[in-house]
Amino acid sequence: MDLNTLWFILIGVLYTGFFVLEGFDFGVGMLMPFLRKDDNGRRVILNTVGPHWDGNEVWLLTAGGATFAAFPGWYATLFSGFYLPLFLILIGLILRGIAFEFRSKDENPRWRAMWDWAICIGSFIPALLFGVAFANLVRGVPIDANFNYAGGFWNLLNPFALLGGLMTLFAFLMHGATFLSLKTTQNLSETARQWAFKLWIVTVVVGVAYTVFSYFELDVVGKLGVNPGIIPITAIITLLLAGYFLRTRRTGWAFIMNILTIAFATATIFFQLFPNVMISSLDPAFNLTIYNASSSAYTLRVMSIVALIFVPVVLAYQGWTYYIFRRRLNEKGESLHY
Amino acid sequence: MNVQSLSQWQFAITCVYHFFFVPLTLGLSVLVAIMETQYVRTGNPVYKAMTKFWGKLFLINFAMGVVTGIVMEFQFGMNWAEYSRYVGDIFGAPLAIEALLAFFLESTFLGVWIFGWDKLSKGVHLAAIWLVALGSNISALWILIANSFMQQPVGYSIENGRAVMQDFGALLSNANVWVQFPHVIASALTTASFFVLGISAYHLVRKHQEDFFQRSFRIATVTGAIAVLLVLLIGHSQAQHMVRTQPMKMAAAEALWETADPASFSLLTIGNEAERRDVFAIRIPNLLSLLAYNRLNGEVKGILNLQQEYEATYGPGNYVPPIAVSYWTFRIMVGAGMAMIAIAFYALFFVMQGKSLGKIKFLNLFPLAIALPYLANTAGWMLTELGRQPWIVFGLLKTENAYSKSLSAGQVLTTLVLFTLLYGVLMVADLYLLRKYAVAGPEKVSGLGKKRAARTTEEESYWE
Repeated sequence: MDLNTLWFILIGVLYTGFFVLEGFDFGVGMLMPFLRKDDNGRRVILNTVGPHWDGNEVWLLTAGGATFAAFPGWYATLFSGFYLPLFLILIGLILRGIAFEFRSKDENPRWRAMWDWAICIGSFIPALLFGVAFANLVRGVPIDANFNYAGGFWNLLNPFALLGGLMTLFAFLMHGATFLSLKTTQNLSETARQWAFKLWIVTVVVGVAYTVFSYFELDVVGKLGVNPGIIPITAIITLLLAGYFLRTRRTGWAFIMNILTIAFATATIFFQLFPNVMISSLDPAFNLTIYNASSSAYTLRVMSIVALIFVPVVLAYQGWTYYIFRRRLNEKGESLHY
Repeated sequence: MNVQSLSQWQFAITCVYHFFFVPLTLGLSVLVAIMETQYVRTGNPVYKAMTKFWGKLFLINFAMGVVTGIVMEFQFGMNWAEYSRYVGDIFGAPLAIEALLAFFLESTFLGVWIFGWDKLSKGVHLAAIWLVALGSNISALWILIANSFMQQPVGYSIENGRAVMQDFGALLSNANVWVQFPHVIASALTTASFFVLGISAYHLVRKHQEDFFQRSFRIATVTGAIAVLLVLLIGHSQAQHMVRTQPMKMAAAEALWETADPASFSLLTIGNEAERRDVFAIRIPNLLSLLAYNRLNGEVKGILNLQQEYEATYGPGNYVPPIAVSYWTFRIMVGAGMAMIAIAFYALFFVMQGKSLGKIKFLNLFPLAIALPYLANTAGWMLTELGRQPWIVFGLLKTENAYSKSLSAGQVLTTLVLFTLLYGVLMVADLYLLRKYAVAGPEKVSGLGKKRAARTTEEESYWE
């Protein structure tokens, strides 16, 4: 395996980390105003992700930075081409980040309601648009001979991409509800579990539609063969198991299944791309690949050394934080920060 | 307005706005860590209250710095795609390392620190805030390593029309990094010190929580005096470095048209930028040579001569940065710095005497001095970035060749307007909260002075 392939995999891993981790705090953020109307209930919901959301978001920053470092051509074309969707994602991330910190620092109910919706909408926008973006990546977008994106904003909102958006949206909602059920007690935990199951049904429906649609939109058969391989099939099986575990109240297992579903679905997307990083719908000669969009061998080597040392360190201390904040939050008598 | 100038405005606005919050994050993380260290060492609850009170203000500011920082990382690719392709091989690496080494550290351990008061031992909790401070300041190092390449490209070669990294070590040992990074770190500590000084003075004038604010005032005075002195000394070597590596920036900052030896320092120049001449000038003889070389003589190159020199080297074009902006931002930065030195040592004089600080004359003016570091920080960055124009990477790539070709002016105008509006609204909310908590004092935040059992007080503080 060459370093270009290693970095393609590593960026896939970083996005997987981002979707698995920030996925549930997007979900929790979106569900918060709907699951509880009282201030204390909402605070408990927010505090389940309180210690984690900021660290989770760094997975995205690292994925962006790694794309810049390892595949500057990909970073340049993708970020300038998907300009307005990325702008909207930034607005969403700004709103929710500020809202988490500001919401509880004033007691005025209108102040709190305003930031509650900032969290909800700020979580909704990226949860939807990341799916739109990745569906467009595998579907291909107009890229010209200079490797510049040559479509407009509306080009990105095609039906297939929107279905991809709904896919991530509902998967993250289900993931968030499952997490919330795991991290709370009694009534709130049970309500969250019921929501998670309903959201699971929607996720399965959207997932089936997306999969069927992808056989028409993408060259799935040509790319993966009639048998799509172990990775997408595992994603489907773990998604089905998640519903079973939610139904039988084994929320911990359901959460693990969600993680596996998201991880294997992300892996599927990266497999569909490989060895391209962006597919041109105008001419395959204009495709960006892990070779023509990459950094020099020297830079990749330097970055590999840095990554192989520090990624495990990050995983260790971030894992530790999930351990120290493992306790469930109760709606009564809890000391809350957010 | 075209895509380039709109993108420049957007970058300038989002960057200056981001850097409004960053120095306080860098500096205050260290001060709060010092306060918590004092608490762990002495067990004195007033230090715990200080940690919580200043920590609360730190958190409000931190959030603004984090979210506006995400914009910065995405913007290179969004608005400056040609730049990203050209220098990505070099510039991307420090950005990725910044995220991996610094952002993870500060974000993760900030969560631990906020939520860990009653879950961790004192020592581990203290370690968390030090890791936050370390992470924040490491992030400054890596982003300045990246920025230094734009000021002074090193360790590269040009292959197939783009810059390619040849020596990672050269990026790290770039001389520009080692004047710029200490300058920023010391400025950040100065910013935090003036922030703490100003708010403490506000309460001391009102004889409110005197023990609490006298201790805060003392810590801030000592760190502030040391830090601002370092800013001056490092700034001096930074200027000398600039004379060697980016003489045009220095010439513009001094409105020096013709090469001179010895060179005079401009006390006040009113110039005609279009015709490139002085209208009115007061200059101190020999002083610029003294600043540049630590001796009375020495050649400092002028704008017109450098323009000729660059045309010979790089071909026809305008190589003169915006002179009035460079000139005045330099003066605002240095002027605010001198004022801060005076204030910090004035305060230090009283602190060393060990008298009651409430009696310091002009104490009521200290809150106003909070504006000084912000002026200096903003002006300093504007000089650094605008003084480098027309280059985006000095000597290698011009800004006019760096913007994204796939964007339309309408798209960039839309995002520019919306970013500005959103940032404006957030600034109002941020200042509202900072003012509210700063004025309320530690009773509201840290439960100090309430007659309750310690345990209840702590829970109370979370509930607010």
